[in-house]
Amino acid sequence: MTPEAVDHELPTDEKRHHVLSVLVENKAGVLSRVAGLFSRRGFNIFSLAVAPTDDSHRFSRITIVVDAASAPLEQIVNQLDKLINVVSISHVNEHQVVERELLLASITVPADQMATAINLCANFDAEVVDAGAGEITVMLADHPDKINAFQELLSSYTVDQLHRTGLVALPKLITQ
Amino acid sequence: MELTGAQALIKSLEEQGTDVIFGLPGGAILPVYDPILDSSIRHILVRHEQGAGHMAEGYALATGRPGVAMVTSGPGATNIVTPLANAYMDSTPLVVISGQVSRAAIGTDAFQECDITGVTSGITKHNWLVTDANDLPRIVAEAFHVATTGRPGPVLIDVPKDVAQSMMTWNGPATAADLDLPGYRPTVGVDLEVIARAIAMILEADRPVLYVGGGVLQGNATAALRALAERLGVPVVTTLMARGAFPDTHPQHLGMPGMHGHYAAIMAIQRADLLVSLGARFDDRVTGKLDGFAPVAKIIHLDVDRAEHGKVRRPDLSIVANAGEAVPALAQAAAAAAVEPSNLDAWWDELRGYQTKHPLAYDPIDGNGLLKPQMVVETLNAMAPAGTIVASGVGQHQMWASQYWDFEEPRTWINSGGAGTMGFSIPSAIGAKVGRPDRTVWAIDGDGCFQMTAQELVTARAEGIPIKVAILNNAYLGMVRQWQEMFYEERYSEVYLSPDLPNYVQWAEAMGCVGIRVDDPADVAPAIERANSIDDRPVVIDFRTDASEKVFPMVPAGATNDEVLVHPSQRLQA
Repeated sequence: MTPEAVDHELPTDEKRHHVLSVLVENKAGVLSRVAGLFSRRGFNIFSLAVAPTDDSHRFSRITIVVDAASAPLEQIVNQLDKLINVVSISHVNEHQVVERELLLASITVPADQMATAINLCANFDAEVVDAGAGEITVMLADHPDKINAFQELLSSYTVDQLHRTGLVALPKLITQ
Repeated sequence: MELTGAQALIKSLEEQGTDVIFGLPGGAILPVYDPILDSSIRHILVRHEQGAGHMAEGYALATGRPGVAMVTSGPGATNIVTPLANAYMDSTPLVVISGQVSRAAIGTDAFQECDITGVTSGITKHNWLVTDANDLPRIVAEAFHVATTGRPGPVLIDVPKDVAQSMMTWNGPATAADLDLPGYRPTVGVDLEVIARAIAMILEADRPVLYVGGGVLQGNATAALRALAERLGVPVVTTLMARGAFPDTHPQHLGMPGMHGHYAAIMAIQRADLLVSLGARFDDRVTGKLDGFAPVAKIIHLDVDRAEHGKVRRPDLSIVANAGEAVPALAQAAAAAAVEPSNLDAWWDELRGYQTKHPLAYDPIDGNGLLKPQMVVETLNAMAPAGTIVASGVGQHQMWASQYWDFEEPRTWINSGGAGTMGFSIPSAIGAKVGRPDRTVWAIDGDGCFQMTAQELVTARAEGIPIKVAILNNAYLGMVRQWQEMFYEERYSEVYLSPDLPNYVQWAEAMGCVGIRVDDPADVAPAIERANSIDDRPVVIDFRTDASEKVFPMVPAGATNDEVLVHPSQRLQA
């Protein structure tokens, strides 16, 4: 079920949403500085994911999906770059990137439909990570398009809780 | 060597060349005030922390060196938020040290606790909360580096009380190699190919204009600007932040553009086919309604801050560089150009026509006998010793000062441009005088502004800082009154202040200053002469001016520059 790399699409309208991969110093208050910049300049964040990098003492990586309808992308990048704790910014080209997002959902499934639900998960390579009385929690880590499709199909059950992490991304490796 | 954090902080400030700190002590910053007694640094005790911040700004604007201010935690720190915001808007290098509650108390709503790094993160270039006294030398060095390089700006260092009290190991001052700023790469260098293209564009233009902003002063590029302008024979306009960057008496200078600019400067931009922005940022007070700004001009934009390029107006040619490097490079390229500049005679004829048709104008004194504020500024200017520095607050008096003073050299005009901070005048004049004690410093102030920060005249008297203050007292918040008269059908809402309450002469005298009141036009010059001769204490002159005077020209809010309103006496000349 590896998604086709070439036709990756951004979460919604691809003209509006751009993915920025931002390397920042791992210091107190950095996320607040980034979020504060977006709010005071009127830039919109569609989703945001942050975690330490391999050099976790010094750097974290923030993957931001920005709404370029709120301001020109160039202006967002240049203002972001002025934050002293921002080390580098790459604008992730949608055709040269590996993107993943993670979804967790708890759904109530009637006993007679449990087999179909588990079959649906298997078709998407989603995992059942928890089970309770008439309820399961499923997990899918995949391209956002796949996540969208999976979420859509889950809605035929009673979705009790659903959480998505927002996008993370890395440039595609050169194969030759 | 073992030092306390407080000692290391003061020592680090000394190492950075700090000669004066403007400040006011309090609980959390107490440990840092002890080593000040043993330091070579002069400390100026202000009466309100806002004064400390604006003094540091005045010092920086007059000297080109970063201003340093120190305050305690909580309200001490929040009182300096306005100066930080002001310095951020005007790109003034400022280093503010604030006390903070002890580390263990942070987040507990402790006495005089405030999350000042959080509060100021949007109005500082950067700020630091120090968590280990051993970091102090490095952080102080980083703070000065960030404040003064690239696009300058204010920074804040928040020092918890127990960090200042704890022991650290002093290993000598921090060096460039110690700085830990992996994300900070201020623009350096100039792309000479871009410079050559810029000069080629200017040489080909029929109606070029040099639109000069504060960046030229920041970059100390005024001599190069003059060489460039004279070589090309191109007209120059200087923004409110750049007054003094090009001599006002120079024949190529058309004055200030924008909402209350000189008519010829405004029209030059509107008619230009090439606008060369040097360290300016297309502020809304300059552009008016953006759609109609410089409608036929191509744009060359020089700015050290990449984010300014295309923020307001998309340039046809971007020069991302410090004006201090790029303007000399432009001057050099212009001097070396093989092509002669295009003949600008027709352009100059047109511009001279604007100057002749609509010079600055105000009505003569009418029946009420009240002083005309413009006349007061003209007389102050005429009688000022060479090199006088002028500081202003914000409002009508600021516009008249910028219009009617002849600025002949850089760093002689101290004002609040982007933020428009009322009350800026007195403290910034004090800071300028501290930085340039050899110069006469006049604060040209309004009565509304004066009442916001006048208490710093106590500081000035106590510290022996003999500034001079001209209050253009029209008994109103004059600029607001002007808008209410022109755009709110003369419905004056909450703008009247009274000429006599407070009694400005008594107030000045109570603060240890000489107080003079001037009602009669014949007394204007003698009063100024007396003020100029007093050098052992501050002087305050209460000039009673005509409240009906309005600032012209004026581009109404939301209008394009083409819709500029000239002085009423010139409106029938069409």
